[in-house]
Amino acid sequence: MYSNRKYIISFIFGVIALIYIYKLFTIQVLDMSYKLSAESNVFRKVVDYPARGLVFDRNGKLLVYNESSYDLLATPNRVPEFDTADLCEILGTSVESFKAEFRKAITHARYKESVIFKQIPKHRYSYLQEKLYKFPGFELQKRTARKYEYNAAAQVLGYVREADPKYIEAHPYYKPGDYIGVAGIEKSYEEQLRGQKGLKIYIVDVKNRVQGSYKDGEYDTAAVVGLNVTSTLDIDLQLYGEKLMQNKVGSIVAIEPATGEILALVSSPGYDPNLLVGSDMAINYPKLITDPYKPMYNRALMACYPPGSTFKTINALIGLQEGVINQTSSFPCNGGFRLGSHVVKCHHGGSLDLVSSIQHSCNAYYCHEFTKIIGDPKYKRADSAYSNWRRRVQSFGLGTKLGSDLNQESGGILYSKNYYNKFYGEGHWSAYTIISLSIGQGELGFTPFQICNACATIANRGYYYIPHIVKKVESGDIDKRFYEKHDTGIEKDYFETVIQGMYQVCEMGTGRSARVSGVEVCGKTGTAQNPHGKDHSIFEAFAPRDNPKIAIAVYVENGGFGATYAAPIAGLMIEKYLKDTVTRKDVEERICKANLLDIDAQMK
Amino acid sequence: MKERGQSVFFSLDWIIMVLYTALLFMGWFNIYAACYDDSHDSIFDFSMRYGKQLIWIGVSYVIVVLIMASNFRLYSVLSYFIYGAMILILTSVLVVGISSHGAKSWFEIGPIRIQPSEFAKFATALAMSKLMSAYNFDIKKPANLFMAIGIIALPAGLILLQPDMGSVLVYFSMIFVFYREGLSSIFLWLVVMGIAVFVSTLQYPLVAVMAGLTIIAGVWYLAFGRSIIEVLIAWGAVAAATGLFWVINHFLLDDHYEWHILIVGACMLLLPGVVVYSFLKRVWTATFVWLGLIGFFAVVFSVDFVFNNIMTDHQQTLIRVFLGLEIDPKGTGYNVEQSKIAIGSGGLWGKGYLQGTQTKFNFVPEQATDFIFCTVGEEWGFVGSTFVILMFITLIIRIIFLADKQRSAFARIYGYCVASILFFHVGINVGMTIGLVPVIGIPLPFFSYGGSSLWSFTILLFIFVRMDASRDELL
Ligand SMILES: [Zn+2]
Repeated sequence: MYSNRKYIISFIFGVIALIYIYKLFTIQVLDMSYKLSAESNVFRKVVDYPARGLVFDRNGKLLVYNESSYDLLATPNRVPEFDTADLCEILGTSVESFKAEFRKAITHARYKESVIFKQIPKHRYSYLQEKLYKFPGFELQKRTARKYEYNAAAQVLGYVREADPKYIEAHPYYKPGDYIGVAGIEKSYEEQLRGQKGLKIYIVDVKNRVQGSYKDGEYDTAAVVGLNVTSTLDIDLQLYGEKLMQNKVGSIVAIEPATGEILALVSSPGYDPNLLVGSDMAINYPKLITDPYKPMYNRALMACYPPGSTFKTINALIGLQEGVINQTSSFPCNGGFRLGSHVVKCHHGGSLDLVSSIQHSCNAYYCHEFTKIIGDPKYKRADSAYSNWRRRVQSFGLGTKLGSDLNQESGGILYSKNYYNKFYGEGHWSAYTIISLSIGQGELGFTPFQICNACATIANRGYYYIPHIVKKVESGDIDKRFYEKHDTGIEKDYFETVIQGMYQVCEMGTGRSARVSGVEVCGKTGTAQNPHGKDHSIFEAFAPRDNPKIAIAVYVENGGFGATYAAPIAGLMIEKYLKDTVTRKDVEERICKANLLDIDAQMK
Repeated sequence: MKERGQSVFFSLDWIIMVLYTALLFMGWFNIYAACYDDSHDSIFDFSMRYGKQLIWIGVSYVIVVLIMASNFRLYSVLSYFIYGAMILILTSVLVVGISSHGAKSWFEIGPIRIQPSEFAKFATALAMSKLMSAYNFDIKKPANLFMAIGIIALPAGLILLQPDMGSVLVYFSMIFVFYREGLSSIFLWLVVMGIAVFVSTLQYPLVAVMAGLTIIAGVWYLAFGRSIIEVLIAWGAVAAATGLFWVINHFLLDDHYEWHILIVGACMLLLPGVVVYSFLKRVWTATFVWLGLIGFFAVVFSVDFVFNNIMTDHQQTLIRVFLGLEIDPKGTGYNVEQSKIAIGSGGLWGKGYLQGTQTKFNFVPEQATDFIFCTVGEEWGFVGSTFVILMFITLIIRIIFLADKQRSAFARIYGYCVASILFFHVGINVGMTIGLVPVIGIPLPFFSYGGSSLWSFTILLFIFVRMDASRDELL
């Protein structure tokens, strides 16, 4: 009776067993997600953050270092009721933002620690540590904060900031909470400075209590401290430059011609680099970014100005090399260069030769010379001659990105022939159409950095090394491109003539205020036309004349003629660098006191 | 007929004996893995659970020997007496018992804790067998059926008062015994379908479950009582329908809401239609099965609705506690999720013995008792856990086939009781660790840590083995 029912019962049991086995197969073999969950369950990966490399100046003075700072971590399920207001007061944060962070931590993982508050300043830290017993479930994690020794060179040194999610996606080395260099040396030498993060793997239980290190640390990696970097900056010169530029808008760039090492790079107004450290960044960054004088904008590298008369030295050299003039060629001035009804004004009488044309900055001379360059019969057409001229200008590093290790360079403005062919029509333009290029006005825009490099090229009599900000990285050389000579292809002899002119500028010409006693300074004034207001004052110089140690470009916005502000600043900088002490205290005082900031903007 | 004394040893079913021993020691190794830590290196450390379990295992073998040495007629004779004593014990545990996990279910005698609900299983099985093996007992008679249900209801009710819902659920396994003894298959199918609906709704949307079951049931109906060929065709259609069901569920249901309405609509039309048709054709079995199916859907829908939409959170929690669904300390499904992570992380071959990380570091709750299967899954992988399931199913089916060989109705019915109870225990326990069944705290037979559970299953099993050894003598 009913004996066959044993088959039905066995069948049902068997089918259910098969369903179970199938389910096991799906979760154990097919579905990989459980394996991943298991790993994150049991391993606590603790990142060992290395100290970031230090930055020194060329004389070994410490510029950037690290200070210990602390992050506050919370493990939500271990946090009982606590006095939020009290903790927020200790941290110096608002209750709302703290609660928001805490809620984020809860949604992230109740039983894992999350960072609640980052980079607690030193003065708050010690008090917090004392009171921490009142807040179970919270702990402090040691990190480091960047610290800048001098209130100087902020745009050169750059700053560090927490990597944002977008950046992390593109750069898998970085994890949320990591810091990266965002500008300046901090950015361009990020890979060397950051070191290598270490990782310690601990095994934790369900309450997140550490049970020991995983496989006796077999898979742990030690953190590698970041490499120290020696900058080419001379911090004393930099500080002095920033002092001279106070209350002025503009730039100073100083380069050692023989090596291309940047001695000073001032962009004024600047800011205190320590403003962008740790939790202060949140407060100060928006202020700096909205400041009407754009203190975070590196004018020395990015602002393009017409080169003005400083460009005459370049045109003289090109003319000599092209053979359209020689060292003794002279052109008449007679108050200017007439172009139909238009006159390029000048104020000389009679004829000037090449040396005195530089000394007196004669506009007419360069108009004549430029018509010869562009009208050179060897090239048949004006646009071919223009292209050749442009190539020669570029050989000074003008109108192109130099490729330095400061990665905010702008390339400048130096149009190709196509621009003019398009604008005027092919064959419908000549030297006369673009005559303002001869005196560095019109469609030209170079950065102070490029002008300084061009000046260094003249100082070197024909070549330059790409200017760079880092001299040495601990246990390694800098990029080999900084050791490659860039030659202009212009004969050395021609430079001597131009340099004679530049010497006379400082001895008895427009740049007398740049003269330094006992040093043969060669320079050239310039004025960049400014359609919005007073012209910008420009001066380029190098010294000493033989075996130059420093090439410098000074830009003072709204400073008027180059001789007014830019030349004396250049002179003082040269004196400071070469002699270490400045004797012309009266000039120094006049410059320091000068306030060229727009009064309206000051009122804001 | 063999010489008595010698015969017990020789006629002992060695397959069961080997499976029993294997399960016991596999269980012990997994308890060791679950509790193992470096600071206690001796397996005889009796402060650790694996040390204690060794003692419990030793005692189990003493129990086995005692039972095998006992008179096989004893159990039939004493069944009501044992049952009565157990009812008294279950009553007194409600008064003098101690609480654990919110249930008053333990006796504490010196250092030993005993859980009487574990032992109530074999006592109830004995009484049930005694009742149903009576000469004039016929399960088809409602009065007799209610008597049988009464035998279950008394201990189940007392256990429910503790409350220990998990142990109560096990008594539902008696439906298989009733079915074997002649209860109409309607009831079995109703229970099987009920379980299927309940379990499936934990995994799939109710609509999908409805569609699947309706299709399967429809085809089964067509096949009912026809020729072999037709039955085969029908089952082929079931297979096809199941495939279709799977496709619908996986690819269409999640985003295509209109399919829900279509399927529900089809079921609504199909089911009452079939009920009416069966009724007119006077096919009572089919009529009841279909009505039952409609009833299940109605109950599940309304329970779902009431539970989710009408009850407050607090009431929902109360219901969960009452149903023995463990209170979740860390949000919905944390324990099941951790359990699945532990098992799932084992992969095909497992992480190796003592290499489990999830179970070892307490991510899984009750890892040596109710969740011992997690250790199996994590350390021995799919291969190991399948092996354990196959061992259990082999043991259970072996018992069923042996039970059917019994000439004594008492021994046969008792054998079915043993098989059914074991099956329910394994099914619920393993099912909860892999998320097929809600979390109901009952032990895995022979595996889980604990003396009460181990001894009660040993007694349950070996009373049958003892009777089977003398099956030729027992009438
Ligand atoms: Zn002139």
